[in-house]
Amino acid sequence: MIEIGLGHYLTLGAIIFFLGVIGIFLNRKNVIVILMSVELILLSVNINLISFSIFSGDLLGQIFTMLILTVAAAEAAIGLAIIVIFYRNKGSIRVEDIHEMKG
Amino acid sequence: MLAHAIFFYFFSILAIFSALMVITSRSTVNSVFFLILDFISVGCLFIMVGAEFLGMILLIVYVGAVAVLFLFVVMMLNVAQQKQSWFIGQKSTHIPSGLIVSVLIFLELLVVIGGWKYKENVMTSSNLVIDTNITNTHSIGSVMYTDYILYFQLSGIILLLSMVGAIILTYRKRENVKTQSYFKQISREKSSAVMLKEVDFNKGVNVDD
Repeated sequence: MIEIGLGHYLTLGAIIFFLGVIGIFLNRKNVIVILMSVELILLSVNINLISFSIFSGDLLGQIFTMLILTVAAAEAAIGLAIIVIFYRNKGSIRVEDIHEMKG
Repeated sequence: MLAHAIFFYFFSILAIFSALMVITSRSTVNSVFFLILDFISVGCLFIMVGAEFLGMILLIVYVGAVAVLFLFVVMMLNVAQQKQSWFIGQKSTHIPSGLIVSVLIFLELLVVIGGWKYKENVMTSSNLVIDTNITNTHSIGSVMYTDYILYFQLSGIILLLSMVGAIILTYRKRENVKTQSYFKQISREKSSAVMLKEVDFNKGVNVDD
């Protein structure tokens, strides 16, 4: 318990990943919370990459984390823009109101 | 070592608690605030474990930009009144299946983590060994601007593309607004704009013809 190793960080990443997946599945509110859950999942991926990078002494994981941060920021910007135009057209962003594609 | 353990448990429990609050909190604004708290605590974990550049980048990029963008959109869209209705009101049909899938994923991840070991030669097979004599920022910079410059430029292109995409998506053309027409301005010629006239003495110019 006192000795913090790689397994502790991987468990933390797994728990945050799990919470993000639950947030996507169980969401009944608006789409913004789903986007936030996706951000949580990307954060758990970053935790995994950085802990592997530190504990195996390889710098490559930190560079990949940098690229994942870039992609996550781009994804948040595009997703929020889509939400804004959806709200402008429909007047609501509730999850149950979004059924145009009959999925 | 004890201090490391204490800080690890403090920040990770804070991160897990705030992640839980992101997906269960009743108003969206509270979710965004807990998302900010989650990013801060994970950034502190990164700084503590030795990746201080990425921890600071996480604080700057996420807390400074992305979370504020979320907050801005939440306030602009007036969704703060939409209360969470998880277990009251109409029942969702995919809560049980979602719970089953999520718990299965979590258990699989735990099994993988529990039964996992390093291969013996993985510590010596690395090409980019972390140099402890220079700082973390220095070592990332010396690799990222030389060996991985193409990936770096590619991420810049992704950011530019997302900026252009967001502007194009939310751009709205308004009616009845006077704007400049650059094409008309540039394609205007002398023959359509200027007329030369012979002016007779003491008669002035007849502007009608």
